[in-house]
Amino acid sequence: MPKRKALMQRYAQLLIPLLSLLAVIVINLIVNPAFFTLALRVNNAGNSVFAGNIISILDNGSELAILAIGMTLVTAATGGQDISVGANIAIAGGVVLRVLCGNEAAPASLHAPIIVAFLACCAVAMLFGAFNGMLVSVFKIQPMIATLILYTAGRSIGYWVGGGQIAKISDPFFSYFGGFIPGVPIPTPIIITIACIAAIVLALRFTTLRLYTQSVGINEKSARLNGLNPLWIKFLTFLIIGVCVAISGFIKVSRMSTVNYSSIAQDIEMDAILAVAIGGNALGGGKFSIGGSILGAYTIQALMVTLYSMPGVTSESIRFYKALVIILLVSISSPVVKNGVSKIRMLRKKDIAREVV
Amino acid sequence: MKETVLEMRNISKEFPGVKALQNVSFTLREGEIHALMGENGAGKSTLIKVLTGVYSMDSGQICLSGKPIKIKSPQDAQAFGISTVYQEVTLCPNLTVAENMFIGRGKYSFVKWAEMNRKAKMLLDNLGIPAKPAQQLASCSLGVQQMVAIARAVDMDCKALILDEPTSSLDEQEVVKLFSLMRDLRSRGVGIVFVTHFLEQVYEVCDKITVLRSGEFVGEYSVEELPRLDLIAKMMGKELSSLSEISEAASMVHESESDFVYEAKNLSGSNGTKPFDFSIRRGEVNGFTGLLGSGRSESVRTIFGADKALSGDIRVGGKPARIAKPFDAMKARIGYLPEDRKRDGIIADLSVRDNIIMALQVMRGAFRPFSKQEAEDFATEYIELLGIKTASADAPVGSLSGGNQQKVILARWLLTHPDYLILDEPTRGIDIGTKVEIQKLVLRLASEGMAITFISSEIEEMLRVCSRMIVMRDRNVVGELTGSELTQDKIMRTIAGGAANAQA
Repeated sequence: MPKRKALMQRYAQLLIPLLSLLAVIVINLIVNPAFFTLALRVNNAGNSVFAGNIISILDNGSELAILAIGMTLVTAATGGQDISVGANIAIAGGVVLRVLCGNEAAPASLHAPIIVAFLACCAVAMLFGAFNGMLVSVFKIQPMIATLILYTAGRSIGYWVGGGQIAKISDPFFSYFGGFIPGVPIPTPIIITIACIAAIVLALRFTTLRLYTQSVGINEKSARLNGLNPLWIKFLTFLIIGVCVAISGFIKVSRMSTVNYSSIAQDIEMDAILAVAIGGNALGGGKFSIGGSILGAYTIQALMVTLYSMPGVTSESIRFYKALVIILLVSISSPVVKNGVSKIRMLRKKDIAREVV
Repeated sequence: MKETVLEMRNISKEFPGVKALQNVSFTLREGEIHALMGENGAGKSTLIKVLTGVYSMDSGQICLSGKPIKIKSPQDAQAFGISTVYQEVTLCPNLTVAENMFIGRGKYSFVKWAEMNRKAKMLLDNLGIPAKPAQQLASCSLGVQQMVAIARAVDMDCKALILDEPTSSLDEQEVVKLFSLMRDLRSRGVGIVFVTHFLEQVYEVCDKITVLRSGEFVGEYSVEELPRLDLIAKMMGKELSSLSEISEAASMVHESESDFVYEAKNLSGSNGTKPFDFSIRRGEVNGFTGLLGSGRSESVRTIFGADKALSGDIRVGGKPARIAKPFDAMKARIGYLPEDRKRDGIIADLSVRDNIIMALQVMRGAFRPFSKQEAEDFATEYIELLGIKTASADAPVGSLSGGNQQKVILARWLLTHPDYLILDEPTRGIDIGTKVEIQKLVLRLASEGMAITFISSEIEEMLRVCSRMIVMRDRNVVGELTGSELTQDKIMRTIAGGAANAQA
């Protein structure tokens, strides 16, 4: 019994994101029972692949889910958020284009192996992550203000890095990462996301990442007196979010075979923060649940797909409807509502006890 | 006899596990400056908080000018004419002096600026406070800010003014100005309660002294009848219980082991610790003593690397070592239980288990996390060993009582099996039973060969466990006492220093 209670406590945090995801799904099923049909279709490239709304949600939610991992760690350790991830994706995308296309706008063959482009994009995204991390840890600037710098400058930097032109990559192999690998019916971004989740799960299992980030986020002074270096741990979380940016940037470029610097991954930072919040994580730092954030990310993606499928919702009005749902989600998970619910529960228990007597 | 302004009779207040106030009485008369004295945890701030309506008392009575009153909130206290000025100025620095004096006091939403400034100027002139009404508060010195806060209180018709450590952030000249303002108010008939740790200041400005110790009322004295030494004795307590027995035990330990675990020469710290030499042997328990603010905590923080050392040659186990940060100290097998467990000790939201394994985990390294089972075993072992009362090892440590939190941090360091363990106020805010347990544990650990530094505000407790005492005053080491010198009397004389020493 006590074991079950401990387990329940542990997963209580996941309750709200799970319920909201379920709610979105149920609404969809009511409105359109065929919403979640899964079909095996032959795509343009001649591969037979899975198609359907579920696949589309998982596929298109990949970048957000990957970013949510990094955002959760940054939030946990620093008690603040990185709002520069979208702009940093533009830079990462610029690096990919520049390495693969050189100065040509539409090269006939790639200038470098794809792995080199990926590693370069990782290195650069981590470098900018390090820049943010340094501002936050060493100079003790509030994360939102520190990352506001890159948020402002990132898309211009991306444009310059990309050589001042919007090159297009026509190599079919490159498009595998944002599309399908021949013979594999599941979109590659989903596979990449699974790999990322596996990586962070292993990291949390085989290193003390969780203990250290949480300690620093909860009580920095105490963490230091236990021999930790809070500066380094905060810095580290920004390096990790840099890797997340590189991977999701790489997927994005592969999807579109090009980079539109002003619009690539626009507002994704806000969705990533929202995913962390919906996941039941305190934005003030401390204890965290990566699972919650990932569920949160897919909830947001599912919500978008759902809203688009609703009659009368246009791309102009969708933001308003999205906001309506978000109000609902965040107020459900607010401490006021949570306390209210637990109070009602206590009263009920008392009533039951009285009846029994 | 002057008329009584405020009388608190038989005030008691209990927090879970701690009797913060037991039958404490306090009387404030018209036109008197009354010092409220006591070491940390004596109950001064609890008494003040009861008086200002922050806490409600469990039993007792408060009378204002002879009439019993009920104070339920700070607003109530204000309405009764009881005003408090805290150590940290609680005004708004970005408003003007006049605004700060009158903010939140008008009945209407509109402000007559000219009238307000005129009134403020009158009051400031009247009290001789060197500030202009239209000046931004932030541009005044801390001392003047404090005086503005006092002026605000005075203008609100206060009968009793409580100054809670007003001088601790002021320089000497500002203190002089503050004192002349206090004397001025005294001559106008205001009763002032003055809480401070500075003995000199008490003798300079106060008429009466009330001493509290461990939540109990020790006595009320007029300043003339209570020399400094006696005051220190009253603050620290004088029961000479089981002293002889302990010093025997202590000297025994002393003889048997003689290798140094830790040595420091000329160690000084960025926290203001003046250079001092210090060494400790295996199996020895020593103590740093001195009044609050004497630098006893700062010294050990410097040893552990919690605050940066400015100079010093350090040897650990006979070999030269460099301790620049806590991790270096931990590698040198030094443990440190900090004075302020809420701020520096516990990681509140984490479980008891994580809090216990924390230090050992950090020493083991980031890539070798303890398995769930190992962590659970450690936690269970120490929860049992120290009798930590917790629902489970999974409970957040913040949900435990203060004493149990302290034990969790103690467990954290015992788990690392240090050669040298520094305990800064390990028994503060802990009930008597647990206190004795911790003292026994310290002596047992020492008998097993651990070197321990034990710091406490309660001198009896230190006499019980320490075989050597390093006495500090004003961040300087002023004496080192061992063996037969270890008496309350001798320690107090060393703390008081100067004239008192000459008499001895």
